[in-house]
Amino acid sequence: MRKLHQFHGGLHLEGHKSESLTRNLRQASLPPRLYLPLRQHIGEHNKPLVDVGNRVLKGHVISASSSLIRAAVHAPTSGTVTAISDYPVAHPSGLKDTCIVIDVDGEDEAAAPVIPDLQQLEAGEIIDLICRSGVVGLGGAAFPSSPKLSRGKMQGIETLIINGVECEPYITCDDMLMRHYAAEILRGVGYLQRILNPQFTLIGIEDNKPEAIAAMTSGLAHAGLAATEIVSIPTIYPSGGEKQLIQILTGREVPHGQLAFDIGLFCQNVGTCVAITRALEQDQPLISRVVTITGDNIREPGNWEVRLGSPVRHLVELAGGYLHGDSSPLVMGGPMMGFSLSGDQVPIVKASNCIMVMREQAMTRRPGYHDECIRCGKCTEVCPAQLLPQQLYWHARAGAFERAQEFHLLDCIECGCCSAVCPSGIPLVQYYRAAKSEIRAAHKVQIKSDRARFRFEFRERRLLLKKQQDEERRRLKREALQKKKIQAGGEVPIADPVQAALERVKARKLAEQEDSQ
Amino acid sequence: MILAIVTISLMAGLFGLVLGYTAIRFKVEGNPVVDQIDALLPQTQCGQCTYPGCRPYAEAIAHGEAPINQCPPGGQATIVALADLLDTEVLELNAEHGEHLDVPLVAVIDEQTCIGCTLCIQACPVDAILGSAKHMHTVITDECTGCKLCLPPCPVDCIDMVPTQQTIDDWKWTVPPRQPGLTGDA
Repeated sequence: MRKLHQFHGGLHLEGHKSESLTRNLRQASLPPRLYLPLRQHIGEHNKPLVDVGNRVLKGHVISASSSLIRAAVHAPTSGTVTAISDYPVAHPSGLKDTCIVIDVDGEDEAAAPVIPDLQQLEAGEIIDLICRSGVVGLGGAAFPSSPKLSRGKMQGIETLIINGVECEPYITCDDMLMRHYAAEILRGVGYLQRILNPQFTLIGIEDNKPEAIAAMTSGLAHAGLAATEIVSIPTIYPSGGEKQLIQILTGREVPHGQLAFDIGLFCQNVGTCVAITRALEQDQPLISRVVTITGDNIREPGNWEVRLGSPVRHLVELAGGYLHGDSSPLVMGGPMMGFSLSGDQVPIVKASNCIMVMREQAMTRRPGYHDECIRCGKCTEVCPAQLLPQQLYWHARAGAFERAQEFHLLDCIECGCCSAVCPSGIPLVQYYRAAKSEIRAAHKVQIKSDRARFRFEFRERRLLLKKQQDEERRRLKREALQKKKIQAGGEVPIADPVQAALERVKARKLAEQEDSQ
Repeated sequence: MILAIVTISLMAGLFGLVLGYTAIRFKVEGNPVVDQIDALLPQTQCGQCTYPGCRPYAEAIAHGEAPINQCPPGGQATIVALADLLDTEVLELNAEHGEHLDVPLVAVIDEQTCIGCTLCIQACPVDAILGSAKHMHTVITDECTGCKLCLPPCPVDCIDMVPTQQTIDDWKWTVPPRQPGLTGDA
């Protein structure tokens, strides 16, 4: 038995996991139309690589970028591109973003797979394949996996941590994934081990998922992975947060301003492992994922393997529709960290792990105004990042963002524990998110103004240089002319009459100026 | 008496040497105050402050020749930051120089009307307009500071100032609504 550690604070929450676990994982049918946002990862925008009218096959790249942190988007099935324009996407703003719309032809025709001999490949080549398949972290952050792996490989990894914790209530997609795809997960772990060469591999699973633990344990017996261990950890929210899981499993804390691989650790979600396995073994890019659909207003809660780009409405229909009414408040993610969707036309993207269909807005306990802080300090007790939520609240509310940063606002993982225990019902996390957006916006403005300064100064220098060069050229020309004249006439010419006139004017002006002073 | 004079003179000489040495050893190139002020200005280079660019305005402020409330693009936030830096009073933005806009503007050239005269290119303080003589010009939106200096020289009035569109990338979370009548801000 491995010695486990604890992180500060945390909450014991009602699981609400059984609702969506009563039915097995099912394959979702293809909707008539898929909406694929150009960008589905953290990083710069992708550019579309297809035009309206193009026929695409399953697995074709339809949008990509050339920046370092990149993840291509692939066509999830065969069909015709009918539009590239703005549609509602899964984002807390409810704003629209550019999507590629594919009219599905129902044939699900795939491009011919190119399967390399995996035994022959170097680690770098495996990372390239993962990059081409558009794999991102499926735990929620959607950070592209290939740059993370490259960095991890460079830094050297002591312990590889596989995250199968899934601590947030209602969400069961990773649980289902582990029950059904244990072998694929473990093969993915094997590829990660080949890339990173860790000394130990720990697979963390919360102890409220006995079936998943059993499936993974029996899978591990046949997987032949060296120094790999499945660790059952106590159920407490947010043990699935990367930093919290690291603390539970290794007792170490990721220092402020650093990332896990800076201290020799590397975390990857179980879903990402499956995506890596499929990318390498079947040449299948990331075009589908397991999504939980649950809540108190859906007829048949459950887990579905869904093609990316399917509208939430399609998923709702597969799950028997709404219990009450034609629409319902929807949340993407869980009740603690999720965000409200603008409607059910929003498509499933790489980061969508769960759709909560709630009878009432689950996000605000008391809609409208909240009470005042009574300084009880409960938020401080539960904060897993060991911050001072009360101080952050005062500073965020007063707009004192620098002070908030001194209290390490940017280390807040937005887990929502503080908001959940607040007796005044203060939506603390919303204050922190607002403050963080302001800080990020100010940073962007700063970068833009620095660029403008650089360009302005560069232009000034360029103009000055041009002026100097012009003068130099004129002087040389004058001298050459003078020389010519000397050679031609053999005597020194008298000064240019125009020049003499200019001199006179100048002298007069100078005299006038002196007079006026 | 003489001892005191000698001691004081010696000490004065010693301190003079120390000061002289430090003046050379820790010499600061340029005027750091100007740099600090310049860093706070929005770098639109629009000239609304009546100075030809942000740096000249920063120099004027540093020399006490200009008040700190002449920068409309920076708005009240810049005035507060400047007052904080220079330890002076916070002033209201001087309306003579223009109005502060919450949504930044960006220049857009109507490419159908543009005759390719290059006058706007010469006017742009940050080289954000691309084109050449008798060829269509266009604005590099990401580099445009919204200074409007390209508008007056255009002979065919084909440049418009358009408010920037809100995108997902620059959307901000907002703070929860506040109950009216509550007090107690930190």
